[in-house]
Amino acid sequence: MAGQKSTLTWAVHISVAFLVLLWVFPTVGLLVSSFRTGDQIGTSGWWAALLPQEQVVQFRTLDPDDARVPVGDLFVVEGDIFEGGEPLDIAAYGTSSRAVGAFEPGEVSEMGEGETLVLNPDGSYVWTGTDDQISGRGQRIFATVTSPPEFTTANYEFMLLDERNSEGMTRAFFNTLTVVIPATIIPILIAAFAAYALAWMDFPGRALLVAAVVALLVVPLQLALIPLLKLHNEIGIGKGYLGVWLAHTGFGMPLAIYLLRNYMVGLPRDIIENAKVDGATDFQIFTKIILPLSFPALASFAIFQFLWTWNDLLVALVFLIDSSGQTTVMTRQIVELLGTRGGDWEILATAAFISIVVPLVVFFAMQRYLVRGILAGSVK
Amino acid sequence: MADLKLTDVGKTYGGTVEVLKHIDLEIEQGELIVFVGPSGCGKSTLLRMIAGLESISHGTLEIDGEVVNDVPPSQRGIAMVFQSYALYPHMTVRDNMTFALKIAKKSREEIDAAVDKAARILQLEPYLDRLPKALSGGQRQRVAIGRSIVRDPKVYLFDEPLSNLDAALRVATRIEIAQLKESMPESTMIYVTHDQVEAMTLATRIVVLANKGIAQVGTPLQLYETPENEFVAQFIGSPSMNLLAGEITNTGPQTTVALAGGGTAVSNVASQPSDMGMKVNVGVRPEDFVAAGEGGDFVYQGRVDITEALGEVTLLYFEAEGEAPPVIAKLPGIHEGLRGNVARVRADPAKVHIFHDGRSLAWRDGTPGRPVAAVA
Repeated sequence: MAGQKSTLTWAVHISVAFLVLLWVFPTVGLLVSSFRTGDQIGTSGWWAALLPQEQVVQFRTLDPDDARVPVGDLFVVEGDIFEGGEPLDIAAYGTSSRAVGAFEPGEVSEMGEGETLVLNPDGSYVWTGTDDQISGRGQRIFATVTSPPEFTTANYEFMLLDERNSEGMTRAFFNTLTVVIPATIIPILIAAFAAYALAWMDFPGRALLVAAVVALLVVPLQLALIPLLKLHNEIGIGKGYLGVWLAHTGFGMPLAIYLLRNYMVGLPRDIIENAKVDGATDFQIFTKIILPLSFPALASFAIFQFLWTWNDLLVALVFLIDSSGQTTVMTRQIVELLGTRGGDWEILATAAFISIVVPLVVFFAMQRYLVRGILAGSVK
Repeated sequence: MADLKLTDVGKTYGGTVEVLKHIDLEIEQGELIVFVGPSGCGKSTLLRMIAGLESISHGTLEIDGEVVNDVPPSQRGIAMVFQSYALYPHMTVRDNMTFALKIAKKSREEIDAAVDKAARILQLEPYLDRLPKALSGGQRQRVAIGRSIVRDPKVYLFDEPLSNLDAALRVATRIEIAQLKESMPESTMIYVTHDQVEAMTLATRIVVLANKGIAQVGTPLQLYETPENEFVAQFIGSPSMNLLAGEITNTGPQTTVALAGGGTAVSNVASQPSDMGMKVNVGVRPEDFVAAGEGGDFVYQGRVDITEALGEVTLLYFEAEGEAPPVIAKLPGIHEGLRGNVARVRADPAKVHIFHDGRSLAWRDGTPGRPVAAVA
């Protein structure tokens, strides 16, 4: 038995580790990519972003016609490849594009017929040769330099703050919030009352109503999209926030009632009976006893509903977004970006991260309620 | 602080399943009534009917002369202490105790005074600002009782209040409840338990419920000394009363019964000449047996199967005959070397009960007249 148990424990641990990695890798990748430039994303993966970057940079010496100095019968050009910039570490250098890392810094590179070039570790160089050799354009130097990790907030500035950017996420972000907050609160308010009634009030047809709620759980929402939109148009709601709130409320209601009712029905009967003996009305029992005790279930459903409506594209497309584009939500905005800026990964990564940051915060702030709410009722 | 009267009360579920019937009971102010009975006998249901948590299908319930069948629980002037305590887990002890008063919109001063008084009686003062989860089982139970006291009800209802406590705490809390009752002699209490010791120690009167009805009502000692029927005889007392089948062979102020096992029992229960030859059961409590010598009369003889020597008493379990439960004798003192041997016991005629058809002959001309439920 002990052996079995420890095997199981290991299996659990490994699965957990696997799931954690499965979630963390893309998320961190997205976050890191959103702080890099398009060039950086193009040259190395996000996992290399925190390490110093080794890259071959092409420099050119000063123009011999201006800078050469006669020394004996030879001419010399001296200078610094980092002139006016931050000095970088030089790992190797070369003078030909066919052998970019042929020499150590400080080593003299023979370029044939007595022409030499020395690149020192501090970036200074000495190019020596005959009149003929030290002429024309400056000599190319290929230096393999390592640069420190570099991040930029330019993507976020572009996507959030730049007013000229018609593809920005700011409006979509606030539109999404406008959809999500009422679409989370309204169903909870309604469902909590319904759940109490279905759990603790005696009235004829109660079991049938509960069965109907369970039956509604399995109805796919796609079935209702067109009839519901027709109804909205007929009664004058049309496309807009009110319509999308109502739609989300309706689609979330069966699960909300089901979850909350199951939780409430598991609350000890004695407590509710005691409140009745104490003289509390049903409404007082609901507000003073049931609601505070159901907080874990309410919170867990709130998280579910928040995440669904936040990530929703379909319902928003059907009930909210009209041709004006003023009411676009973030999911819709990202779809647009995929079309128009499909190659600009830094833009896509930034947009994606803007859209997941709020769910992440909500999840981490309330995850203990989520777990407790899901387990609640199953364990006494 | 009230009289309580149940008249022909019955409870039916779904129109067909009868749980209780013909319950007639009068409870006077200041009594502590204990409902006992085997599990499933309806004792908790009866309590919940008095509380108003279950509807009354038949008959009437009066509190203080007023029929309250359809009065909601909160207006019946009752307070109930639940087996599970039923404290509001999200409220402090003080909030738990004031909940009912706040709902009743009592004044601040009134509420504070009531809580202070209850907390003092129950020694809960240091815990008033704690949540229930920070209390021990006994403390929680005291809070539950305190919650009743602050409401100053006419009738206190206790539904197996001690069964969630461990043995030591149970005794302590039992004594606390007894003291509480003493400190509030005017209060009427109804207490449901399946524990005989609680019933015997706490009750002014015990109501034994069995088989959908009341088997007997009486003071604890009445139930012990003069059980009305075989059920009560066997339910009260531990180990329970032995029943031995026999036939009446001599009638008069004393009755002689020849027992199937060969013994003879003489009882102070009177019988009439017409009872001659009646098939009866003789009841003798294990503790009323005394060892009988060779020769002489005996009530029972048999081979001793098991002995349990407890020092102050020795329990003898005689070999069972057929399906019948083994006869048990509880002899004072130490008796060694009986196991495996044949032993004889006899009993004082004053302590021998005679039952016919389950009913005690002693009650034939006594105070019956009240329908007694058929006895299991």
